[in-house]
Amino acid sequence: MKKWFLILSVGLFLLASASIWAGEPYRIGGLFSVTGPTSFIGEPERNTLVMLVEEINKAGGINGHPIEVIIYDTEGEETNAVKKITKLIVHDKVLAVIGPSRTGTTLAVIPFVERYKVPLISCAAGIKIVEPVKPWVFKTAQSDRLAVKKIYSYCQKHDFKKIAIITVSNGFGQSGREQLKALAPQYGIEIVADELFGPKDVDMTAQLTKIRAKNPDAVVCWGTNPGPAIVAKNMKQLGMKQQLFMSHGVASKKFIALAGEAAEGIILPAGKILVADQLPDNDPQKKLLLDYIAKYKARYGEEPSAFGGHAYDAMLLLKYALAKAGADRAKIREALENARGIVGIHGIFNMSPKDHNGLDEKTAFVLVRIENGDWKLIK
Amino acid sequence: MEEILQYLFSGLTSGAIYALIALGFTIIYNATEVINFAQGEFVMLGAMLTATFCGLNLPLPLAFALAILITALAGILIERLAIYPARKASPITLIIITIGLSILIKGLAMFIWGKDPLPVPAFVGERPISVLGATIIPQSILVLATALIAVLTLEAFFKKTLTGKAMRACAANRLAARLLGIKVEPLVLLAFALSAAVSALAGVIISPITFATYDMGTMLGLKGFSAAVLGGLTSSSGAVLGGFILGILEALAAGFLSSAYKDAAAFIILILMLFVKPEGLFGTKEAKKL
Repeated sequence: MKKWFLILSVGLFLLASASIWAGEPYRIGGLFSVTGPTSFIGEPERNTLVMLVEEINKAGGINGHPIEVIIYDTEGEETNAVKKITKLIVHDKVLAVIGPSRTGTTLAVIPFVERYKVPLISCAAGIKIVEPVKPWVFKTAQSDRLAVKKIYSYCQKHDFKKIAIITVSNGFGQSGREQLKALAPQYGIEIVADELFGPKDVDMTAQLTKIRAKNPDAVVCWGTNPGPAIVAKNMKQLGMKQQLFMSHGVASKKFIALAGEAAEGIILPAGKILVADQLPDNDPQKKLLLDYIAKYKARYGEEPSAFGGHAYDAMLLLKYALAKAGADRAKIREALENARGIVGIHGIFNMSPKDHNGLDEKTAFVLVRIENGDWKLIK
Repeated sequence: MEEILQYLFSGLTSGAIYALIALGFTIIYNATEVINFAQGEFVMLGAMLTATFCGLNLPLPLAFALAILITALAGILIERLAIYPARKASPITLIIITIGLSILIKGLAMFIWGKDPLPVPAFVGERPISVLGATIIPQSILVLATALIAVLTLEAFFKKTLTGKAMRACAANRLAARLLGIKVEPLVLLAFALSAAVSALAGVIISPITFATYDMGTMLGLKGFSAAVLGGLTSSSGAVLGGFILGILEALAAGFLSSAYKDAAAFIILILMLFVKPEGLFGTKEAKKL
């Protein structure tokens, strides 16, 4: 009897110590628009986070601590996002939150993470998320400004001085329009025409006729499908020969399918994930990109989108911060703010107290040209 | 000069679409006094079905016919399942029902086809044609021609055939029509089918220009409604003219004022018209009904 008791207690001790060895799990939260009209953003983000956390845990966690992730669906709605962030912070007591997926939902939850002092790494692109800098808020998605800079550098190099812009009258287009107008003087560029179109407009020849009369060196169109495809077709119809630039908002094969032949020759900024296999071998991101694409494809049966990459980068940053700081929100925040040289999917992150996005146009975007219905990296 | 011509071409293309949609509004309004806010969804269905059937590599005429037939069928179903059971209710109730239907159809379309726009190949080649310095694509000419033929055919149907005349009689005075032995119910059903078919036709012919998206119907429906109000909800030829006027005004507003005010042009006209001349440019003052 006594012998059995002894053996049992030894066993129990071993079990207990085993769990001590493994360490307390780090509990983190995820907030994505998994359903609703922006599910195309939130779903790959959730998939990526789940995949990455599993991978980290399989490799022994962070300093022996496994990661436990709790993911809620915001349905892309502000009120829902606010409800879920409170639940994550108050009920689940997470150390940090990744998400939300949209700029609107991110702006809605910022007051809460600031009040409860919880680090938030948003996957949305809006520049208002990190400007002005809020102590607890970070983001991984590239700002529009970087895309504009990328296009303007190209214009400067090729001596395009007079530029016409045509933007869609929604949040995405207007943010792009602001940046296009604000940055032009820095690159010695004059905006000779500033036209708008509605997200559901069927014909843009009127705006383009106006642009044609101004005879610009190049045209920049800022929008999301299907408008930009119509702009491309209308430009061909009007026989306009100017170089057409698009935004990263149409960096998907869908755009090429819609615009057809009119897409040929268009130049646009895009995340490196679009042309990962064309990157030079010495590109520090290439290996990570190819690895991510292969793993995502194997697990979910489809190509990962640029959006999944934002969640990947957020988790990469958080992993770095957790490894440095442990289970302490304030220290995690500090570690995030001082994360330098983190090689991610969408660039190399160099955070600082002044910059909570940490990207620059050199690594965040590449320019691609559409050739024969496919992307061609411009070197 | 060539700029004005280009604006005109642009306006005529959009205008032809608005005209067809406006026509759909008047057909249902004349038969039931209901403003069918699901009208734009018929356009969307026409475009979506065309994209689907073209994707299946069906011959184009067959794809068009199927798209229009299926949408007409949807019109009939809507009348039977949603409007007919509530026919005793006031027009305003029925209008609200159509708003609900519009949301329902849009939601279903999102489920079936997804959120991305679907490409549709051009029916007649994409090489632009140059006219006096302005250019127009063949598809736009096709849009214009189709719209005109559809309008003339409908006009002939209403003026020359017995069924058409019966429909007009119904619109003029339902009770009197009934007293003369006209069966009203099948005519209402026919009105829904016709209206859906005309709007689907609009969707079919613009799909190569605008592509097909599940939520394309709402804005087009509103523009069509503005056109119908402009021309007069009771007059089919008025609605068609209203469509063209609206399209051209929009293009001119975008060209000469600012493209930011392009949509505003349509809605300012709508509001002004409702204030100043609610019966529309070509509509008849309807006899006050009790």
